[in-house]
Amino acid sequence: MSVKVLTANRLTDGEAVWLGANGEWLEHIDGALIARHAEAVTALEEAGKAAIKSNLVIDVNVIDVEERGTDLYPLRLRERIRQLGPTIRLDLGKQAEKPKATAA
Amino acid sequence: MYRYDEFDHAFVSARVDQFKDQVERRLAGELSEDQFRPLRLMNGVYLQLHAYMLRVAIPYGTLSSRQMRKLAYIARHYDRGYGHFTTRQNLQYNWPALKDMPKVLDELASVEMHALQTSGNCIRNVTADHFAGAAADEVADPRPYAEILRQWSSMHPEFSYLPRKFKIAVTGAERDRAAIQVHDIGLHLKKNATGELGFAVYVGGGQGRTPMVAKKIRDFLPVEDLLSYTTAIMRVYNLNGRRDNKYKARIKILVHETGTEELTRQVEAEFRVLKETDLKLPQQDVDAIDSYFAPPSLPLRPEGWSELAAARKADHSFSIWVDQNVTPHKNPDYGVVTISLKPIGGIPGDATDAQMDLVADIAEKFSQDEIRVSHEQNLVLPHVAIADLRIVYDLLLTDGLATANAGLITDIIACPGLDYCALANARSIPVAQRISERFGKPERQSDIGELKIKISGCINACGHHHVGHIGILGVEKKGEELYQISLGGSGDEICTIGDITGRGFSSEEIVDAVETIVDRYLDIRTDKEETFLATYRRVGAAPFKDALYSEAANAA
Repeated sequence: MSVKVLTANRLTDGEAVWLGANGEWLEHIDGALIARHAEAVTALEEAGKAAIKSNLVIDVNVIDVEERGTDLYPLRLRERIRQLGPTIRLDLGKQAEKPKATAA
Repeated sequence: MYRYDEFDHAFVSARVDQFKDQVERRLAGELSEDQFRPLRLMNGVYLQLHAYMLRVAIPYGTLSSRQMRKLAYIARHYDRGYGHFTTRQNLQYNWPALKDMPKVLDELASVEMHALQTSGNCIRNVTADHFAGAAADEVADPRPYAEILRQWSSMHPEFSYLPRKFKIAVTGAERDRAAIQVHDIGLHLKKNATGELGFAVYVGGGQGRTPMVAKKIRDFLPVEDLLSYTTAIMRVYNLNGRRDNKYKARIKILVHETGTEELTRQVEAEFRVLKETDLKLPQQDVDAIDSYFAPPSLPLRPEGWSELAAARKADHSFSIWVDQNVTPHKNPDYGVVTISLKPIGGIPGDATDAQMDLVADIAEKFSQDEIRVSHEQNLVLPHVAIADLRIVYDLLLTDGLATANAGLITDIIACPGLDYCALANARSIPVAQRISERFGKPERQSDIGELKIKISGCINACGHHHVGHIGILGVEKKGEELYQISLGGSGDEICTIGDITGRGFSSEEIVDAVETIVDRYLDIRTDKEETFLATYRRVGAAPFKDALYSEAANAA
């Protein structure tokens, strides 16, 4: 079943980040705050607006992900690439720290 | 090469200071993203999927060794050790931090470079034939006029908020290597019957979601009228170009909707008003700019030909590279060397900091300190003595820069696509890599001959797919990448937009589909001299569609 998380890019360096359950912006999707129903999605959207106002992040979006065991799997390829890094440079991006993953 | 004068230095330095202040205010929260976004874009700073991207202007694709070394330095210190040369003769860094941008711009300014007008609805970096000033077939060097246009258009108050971005390309040879007919304005520098220099003027070309070949609205415009005529075009566009719909805002749509005849009438009417104003180029100013681009004094090196013959005999790989990557120079003792940034299976247009440094060193020693960037995402050494080809080749070999594929099927243009770009719908680079690997054997490439594959990851067409002999457009369909093929496009002097073949192909199918097209071409060409494009123009799309879709149907 598809659920939603909130993602953005960090203002200072453009790094892809996800809103964590602890309210912090995380560099990895693991630990992202999951919205399972409409009210929770609205809360995510509100959190996004607040984060933009406080100049922490830019380009904030709610995205669809699937829970696969303990992992969160973004449904769009675009988001999977954001999660990991360029598929043609496995030595770059977050995947360079997490060699087990593949984007596509 | 052009050298900044005091005005240029002060101008760029003031812009860097201004942007430094804007970045500080943004990071301090004094500017919102809505306020800051147009400011950062004016300085070439985009946001991509993984990080910010900085697009550096390389005016008319010309670089000195010092400038190339600076680009390498920035890649090493502020990025991840590489840069991406683009189809706009620019360089993109994919990972710089916002807080470092002012420092990077300072570094660029120290070698007379900047990132101004590499984004936004303004006149963008003026591009030119990458063999300018060197090619044997050139009538005159187009770069002085590109430089005049650069100076005139930089922060031009009247043309800083156009309906949409605006691209100008200039060539000085009959053979169009600058794809001028798919630019908003294309200028072909040529001589008239009495030997005077002037321009054929093309307007309203472009790719993107509505590809169009430019219309010629002047067969000969004296060079002194360059700025007044260009201003006339810009004024007509600025006044009448659509601002209600960004997809209909380019001048190509205005030309199409107005009609070439009426638009020409409007431009000529405006030109009559401007012709005798201070926009008329004084000859001494043209001469002053021209002097910066004076051909280098090249010593005679006739010994090169016998040395070359011996070297070719001794090394077949070297001989193939000379055939493929060296183009005739104005001076018969010299050649124009294309450095392929398309190693087999590599990423088109990417160069590491070490490769940039190596090219800078080679250019300094063997190419009069000059380097060019081509819109085909390669580098060029414009003035290499035939006698030095062997040593240049050996040096290029040391870091994977001697791939002998200029103009061949593996010399693929590809935009960054979904691996980096926030606008992309599908990946481009992995498709280019797989095609390159499939056709990478030298004998096979050579047998196929000239064939330009161009790949874009979205409808914006940064990968020039509309003018690819084989064009590939990546789209997203039901969450999957799908690739649409077009055939018969060409960006040269006989400019055509490719024809879409039919339904698209999945990522798994696309390389086989390209091979099917190539195999059909090999089957039906009259002989090896008939290129893919010539064959396509002779037979049309039907044999290729038949091969693509009947085979697919058989396989299903």
